[in-house]
Amino acid sequence: MSRQANRGTESKKMSSELFTLTYGALVTQLCKDYENDEDVNKQLDRMGYNIGVRLIEDFLARSNVGRCHDFRETADVIAKVAFKMYLGITPSITNWSPAGDEFSLILENNPLVDFVELPDNHSALIYSNLLCGVLRGALEMVQMAVEAKFVQDTLKGDGVTEIRMRFIRRIEDNLPAGEE
Amino acid sequence: MADAVLFEFLHTEMVAELWAPDPDPGSGGKRRSLSVLEGLGFRVGQALGERLPLETPAFREELDALKFLCRDLWAAMFQKHMDGLRTNHQGTYVLQDNSFPLLVTMGSGPQYLEEAPKFLAFTCGLLCGALHTLGFQSLVTASVASLPACKFQVVIQKS
Repeated sequence: MSRQANRGTESKKMSSELFTLTYGALVTQLCKDYENDEDVNKQLDRMGYNIGVRLIEDFLARSNVGRCHDFRETADVIAKVAFKMYLGITPSITNWSPAGDEFSLILENNPLVDFVELPDNHSALIYSNLLCGVLRGALEMVQMAVEAKFVQDTLKGDGVTEIRMRFIRRIEDNLPAGEE
Repeated sequence: MADAVLFEFLHTEMVAELWAPDPDPGSGGKRRSLSVLEGLGFRVGQALGERLPLETPAFREELDALKFLCRDLWAAMFQKHMDGLRTNHQGTYVLQDNSFPLLVTMGSGPQYLEEAPKFLAFTCGLLCGALHTLGFQSLVTASVASLPACKFQVVIQKS
């Protein structure tokens, strides 16, 4: 039994490293393909969005989470269930706005940046920007238009990594074709 | 620790994004696109080859290295072993996976056969990169006759 558990743990760890290493290779390739960091950031966000659109289906199928009734509940699910399920970390939730439409996710450690150093000529690169796209894409599929962006990053020398989440609006159901 | 599904979705997105752009078009346009994915896989394979535990300090024979790929590398990537390994004992090996995880979601049978090679290029590069770390130069190609089974042909280059 302990051997089985150990093998599971090892297997999961290697799977994690495969993702981290693959992501690193992708960022390297995009830095070659595009001339400036802003374009790389946009591309990572776009790819993340496409992943998020699919990931939300996997998440809802695997978790027991029902519909969230407000943004605070959404924050709890993202930090305590989703990040735990996919990245093995539980960010803390801080800095709520008085209106309850903005909060921050604080990541003490970010698995995407294992083995990573940011060279000086890529100061504008948001290395983990894929995560912002994933969050935006996933939440759009549950009718929430949000903005997600990194406001602190340990790769830039900050003490923690912080993703600021802002609720923009609820997305209305699409009108049937032909109606306006 | 990242969940396995994250790699699968990331891989799909890389195929979608990196297959199409052709920064250096020419007669070998298709080849070039495939090379980018293979190049990424090579780099990842090199790193994984360094990180996976080796039971012996150095492999003395090619066959040990290939067995390592079929068992340890595949287990690390896909939580299972390769289904078969064949060789002509002259440096050519065929690795068979009857249910390749990156093809499983495409269905079974011939329906998406023409799209399948895109989803194998990264893994070809990864196998080549891992072998490079272990001290072997190789040429790796893949073929699919019917989803989701595929074969990776490894030809060890004599130095």
